[in-house]
Amino acid sequence: MSLITPDFGLLFWMVVIFGIVFFLLAKFGFPVITKAVQKRSDHIADSLKAADEAQARLAGMAEEHARMIEETRLEQSRILKEASQARESIIAQAREEAREEAAKLLEHAKVEIAAERESAIRDIRRQVAMISVEVAEKIVRKDLDEAGGQSALLDRLVDEASQAQIPN
Amino acid sequence: MRRWLLILTLLLPTTLLAEDFDVSEFLFGHVSDAYEWHITAIKGKEISIPLPCIVIENGIHVFTLHHAAENGYTLNEDGKLVNAQTGKRPLDISITKNVLGLMIDSVLLVLLILLCARWYRRHDVLKEKPTGIAALMEPLIVMIEQDVIKDAVGPEYKKYSPYLLTAFFFILINNLMGIFPVFPGGANITGNIAVTGVLALFTFLMVNLFGNKHYWKDILWPDVPLFLKAIPIMPLIEILGMFTKPFSLMIRLFANMLAGHIMLLSVIALIFLSAAMGPVLNGSLTVIAALFGVFLDCLELLVAFLQAYVFTMLSAVFIGLAHQHPETETN
Repeated sequence: MSLITPDFGLLFWMVVIFGIVFFLLAKFGFPVITKAVQKRSDHIADSLKAADEAQARLAGMAEEHARMIEETRLEQSRILKEASQARESIIAQAREEAREEAAKLLEHAKVEIAAERESAIRDIRRQVAMISVEVAEKIVRKDLDEAGGQSALLDRLVDEASQAQIPN
Repeated sequence: MRRWLLILTLLLPTTLLAEDFDVSEFLFGHVSDAYEWHITAIKGKEISIPLPCIVIENGIHVFTLHHAAENGYTLNEDGKLVNAQTGKRPLDISITKNVLGLMIDSVLLVLLILLCARWYRRHDVLKEKPTGIAALMEPLIVMIEQDVIKDAVGPEYKKYSPYLLTAFFFILINNLMGIFPVFPGGANITGNIAVTGVLALFTFLMVNLFGNKHYWKDILWPDVPLFLKAIPIMPLIEILGMFTKPFSLMIRLFANMLAGHIMLLSVIALIFLSAAMGPVLNGSLTVIAALFGVFLDCLELLVAFLQAYVFTMLSAVFIGLAHQHPETETN
């Protein structure tokens, strides 16, 4: 049966032909193609990874952004709080100072008023004294004008003086 | 009544009209090798492409089959050239039908792959998608390399993928051209044991020339109880296994492709066989045979791909087995 007995001529040619085909394809054919395909699939893989990273970075940036906004808001509220505190303290201080100033003025005024009153009293006293003296003079003069009145007056004056001197 | 007579005459055998049809010659004439490429016969005149017969016996003789007798050669009962006087086979390296078919298919394959490779040389793969021939070949190449070779061979697959890809496409194109019925197709190349034998031989060399230390230890001194090694039963079996693996590759491809061709041809032969059975039977059988032929052709397309795939996959598995490392093998 020639079907299952390999023919030498065909064996020979098959080795030659397959050898040449193998050499050509293994040297110039498949490595070029598989390398190119490999290069592309590597590139795709790299690109995917890069896209992933970019997305992650973008997400990080959004987070950063949100964080910054949050920080700014906190800062803002802090500044507002500080400002209001400062205002409060300034107002309080001003009030305190005003109060002190007022107290000082009041004190001063009191002292002055007291001094005024003192001098006024002294004035009044002096005037009263002078009036009294004048009155006394007038009375004395009248008494002296009257006859007989001088000695009586003298007596009375001496009495009064002596009585007035006793408590001293 | 006359109508019945007509039907009866239609059913009568028409042996006188039909020539004697030799099924065996029809089948084997188509599937076996020949010294000329028979195309068809028109009105009894054979039309065939004459091929050079090259015989080495006391020098090189080159002639066509028509002039064989003048050169002192004749065909034996197997259809091979023999010396007319001694009846012995000379060293015969004729360009036969299968050799020419191999050459045509190989040129086609080399053109196909090199044109595809040229596309990749001339274009930047990072900027362009494959077009034309590259778009045609790339999915197939990637599928075979990534799904078959890479998985079966393991991490060192890059070294073997050119051979395995060559084997795959070589078998595939020869299978497909074998289905195509007219010149330059129709030669039963991969259904020839010499062709599959050489392919199996290449796989055998690929497996055994590059096998690692562990592979040879597994063959000559496997991990089995000592008494199986002292009388070398296991080593003998393993050494036998070295040869049976490529042998099975050879037989599988050969038998599948040959069987496919014979099946298709048998269905077609039915048309000629039934010619003697009258026009009605012949006509109906012709329709059935044609339909069955379409089915078988589709089946053969599948088988053409499948056998190339199986040969490549098993070769890859055998190569992978010769490159195992003990630590990966323990589980």
